[in-house]
Amino acid sequence: MTNDSAQNPSDEIELLSFRLGEEEYSLDIMSVREIRGWTRATPLPHAPDHVRGVINLRGTVLPVVDLSVRLGMPPVAGDARNVIIVVQTGAQTAGLLVDAVSDIFALPCSELQIPPELSADVARRYVSALTIVEGRMIKVLDLATVLPENSAEAA
Amino acid sequence: MSDPMAEIKASFFVECEELLESLQDALNLMDEGAHDDETINIVFRAVHSIKGGAGAFGLDALVAFAHRFETVMDEVRSGRLAVTPEAQRQFFHTADLLADEVHAARDGLPEPEAAEECLTELETLLGVPPGGGAEEEEVDDFVPMGLSFDLDLPDVDAAETNGPIEIRFSPHASLYAAGNDPYHLLGALTELGALDVSVDLSAIPTLDALDAEAALLHWTLRLEGETDEAEIREIFEFVEDLCTLEIAHPDVMDPPDLGELPAVESDPLLAPTPPPPPEPARTEAPPPEPAGSETKEKSTPAAPAAPAAAPAAEPVATVRVDLERIDRLVNLVGELVINQAMLSQSVSEAGLPPNSPVMTGLEAFMMLTRDIQDSVMMIRAQPVKPLFQRMARIVREASSAIGKDVKLRCEGEATEVDKTVIERLADPLTHMIRNAVDHGLEMPDARTAAGKPAAGVITLSAQHRSGRVVIEVSDDGGGINREKVLARAVERGLVPAEATLSDSEIDNLLFLPGFSTADQVSALSGRGVGMDVVRSAIQSLGGRISISSEIGVGTCFSVSLPLTLAVLDGMVVKVADETLVVPLSSIQETATLAADDIRPLGPETHVIQLRGAFVPLYDLGSELGYRSPQPSYEGGIVLLTAQETGERSALLVDSIIEQRQVVIKGLQRSYAQIPGVAAATILGDGQIALILDPADLVQTATGRTRPPQISLAG
Repeated sequence: MTNDSAQNPSDEIELLSFRLGEEEYSLDIMSVREIRGWTRATPLPHAPDHVRGVINLRGTVLPVVDLSVRLGMPPVAGDARNVIIVVQTGAQTAGLLVDAVSDIFALPCSELQIPPELSADVARRYVSALTIVEGRMIKVLDLATVLPENSAEAA
Repeated sequence: MSDPMAEIKASFFVECEELLESLQDALNLMDEGAHDDETINIVFRAVHSIKGGAGAFGLDALVAFAHRFETVMDEVRSGRLAVTPEAQRQFFHTADLLADEVHAARDGLPEPEAAEECLTELETLLGVPPGGGAEEEEVDDFVPMGLSFDLDLPDVDAAETNGPIEIRFSPHASLYAAGNDPYHLLGALTELGALDVSVDLSAIPTLDALDAEAALLHWTLRLEGETDEAEIREIFEFVEDLCTLEIAHPDVMDPPDLGELPAVESDPLLAPTPPPPPEPARTEAPPPEPAGSETKEKSTPAAPAAPAAAPAAEPVATVRVDLERIDRLVNLVGELVINQAMLSQSVSEAGLPPNSPVMTGLEAFMMLTRDIQDSVMMIRAQPVKPLFQRMARIVREASSAIGKDVKLRCEGEATEVDKTVIERLADPLTHMIRNAVDHGLEMPDARTAAGKPAAGVITLSAQHRSGRVVIEVSDDGGGINREKVLARAVERGLVPAEATLSDSEIDNLLFLPGFSTADQVSALSGRGVGMDVVRSAIQSLGGRISISSEIGVGTCFSVSLPLTLAVLDGMVVKVADETLVVPLSSIQETATLAADDIRPLGPETHVIQLRGAFVPLYDLGSELGYRSPQPSYEGGIVLLTAQETGERSALLVDSIIEQRQVVIKGLQRSYAQIPGVAAATILGDGQIALILDPADLVQTATGRTRPPQISLAG
């Protein structure tokens, strides 16, 4: 719940939505630094499955998380249609590999709903809010929980 | 006001370091028999300049210490005291303590305890009355000499605290016309001290006759505080031509009030000295204590000569830059190198003819990039000299603590190494030096018995060798007693009792954790932190340490270090389609495996046979989780790496691509420490390659080189 999203109900929040398989997720756009096309990541030895590896972001070494694996789904294929969303929380920068970016939309924070507690679902942990846009349900991701664990703790 | 002062003070301490360095140099020269005036003068001058600066900042303890040292050096300089070896040793000791005093003053620590004792010893040794005798009567003996006065300048202020300064300030109409406001000028003056303002309104006519643009006000100001005319004039600098400014010192002829001065307590002997004529006193006077008055009387006539004498030590023009800025530059150049590699790769992929303008231009660009990189690395490079001087002190202290007579010989002090390397080298080097004094050299009687001079010699040398810097610590002691080392290792259970080890293997036992051969645990070393700590410190710098020893002749520790921590020479290899970089420094040789080189060891492991020795085989691909162990390694390429222990391992790779310099990119900041991986780098194609740390890799490696019974996945 460390995301800035549900702070002040009167404020508007801008969300970047993206597709992971059949699901649609979104992120507070304030934490998005840039969106990059797919590049092959250099795999890291002894890394957890969801850490796809590291890529070169203009000279810095950027860890890339396969968001799909992180949320308990099959890995992102890794082809030219996929994108890496470069996000930042605190001092931590990381890339999130997703299937495709779909939309940017603004809505009042009051329209964000706390998701119900369903402990059987692994993805529940990573979702800080739910909202409905044009009849579709969109999940707002809690960024801090999806970044590589050690760095999320350090940040 | 406090901020600029802090800055000046900081630069004073930087200057102190330089002075301490030249002090050490001169003392070393004296130790080698140079007792000429100039050498002794350098010592004197260094101490004097430190004292002068310290006085300006009111660092009383430092002033007092430096003064007494200076007094003794003055006796030496005037030739009344012979420099005996004892005296020489005491000079070194005093210089060390002076450095401590400076550091104590800088960091606001209490004065070192040994200071008083050391000074008393020094003074007794030379027969100088304790407390720093006054030498007024010997003033005539002094040879005019150059003194550094820049540090004394703030004393000028001190000399003028004697009374209020009267300022008459009459602005012209043009001052107002130019947009200046006397209010701000007066405000600035109040920062210099207590300001008493009175304004003369007599020139103001009645309202009907008033010219609104005329300047009619005149101020008379009395300023009390630690300031001088120059400071006041500085405030009025920009309006100098727009006003009439008179600055007077009504009380300047009054005898100086010594109590106010930030110097040592006044000496009764000073009293007979006539008050100095105001003019020279204001420009030359250091804090008024006895030695100061000599300086004054001596240097006043010699004032024009002072700058002439200075060029002897004329420094090369330097700029002080924040390390952060340099690091940023280093990073940017790293980017440039990577970008250039990417550019040349794409140009060569474009298939242009080799002598096309693009290619030749690119070649020139590559050379420039290389030059820029080298120059930028040079900015971070510093000579090892200050480090070696610290070691000289360690030798002095360590040898006197255990009663050995040790000389340190330094070679290649001008060798330059990256600042970070130097900083992180201090601890391991201290350890090695202490070890050499404590364990390496024999006691004097044993040396005499062996037909060697009683004084042991430790040689500390630095030199560049094939893109690395090699630092050697060697002693002319008894060499490593291998029987004793082996016995100790067996006793501690570090090696099995029946083991037969080669000489170099025995020597390398010294690097095992918790090893100490000194029969008694001395105060100096043998506290359990041994050469293993040294070795890991060197390794963390990307360096190697090796040892060689000959019985009766001595022992030599050789440390080889990268010149910089920003780039690294590596071998680029392919393993399971991944590109990896292995530091060249860790690779001994490469080999292609023939079928009968590979021997199974356990059910899942292999060793390779290499010229009669067996070396464990590690498949990099499976150790790093890229693939499962291969069914056969015949025809595979191995990199033979050696650790400082002499322990070797063979790392299997698919192919070797090239040998090149790579820019080191830290991984820890963006991800985390990965076992076996030192850092990352960016290759010419923009891809990231991991830089391996073979020693670390082998420690955590499984050594599994045969398909296991159960699946590896997971």
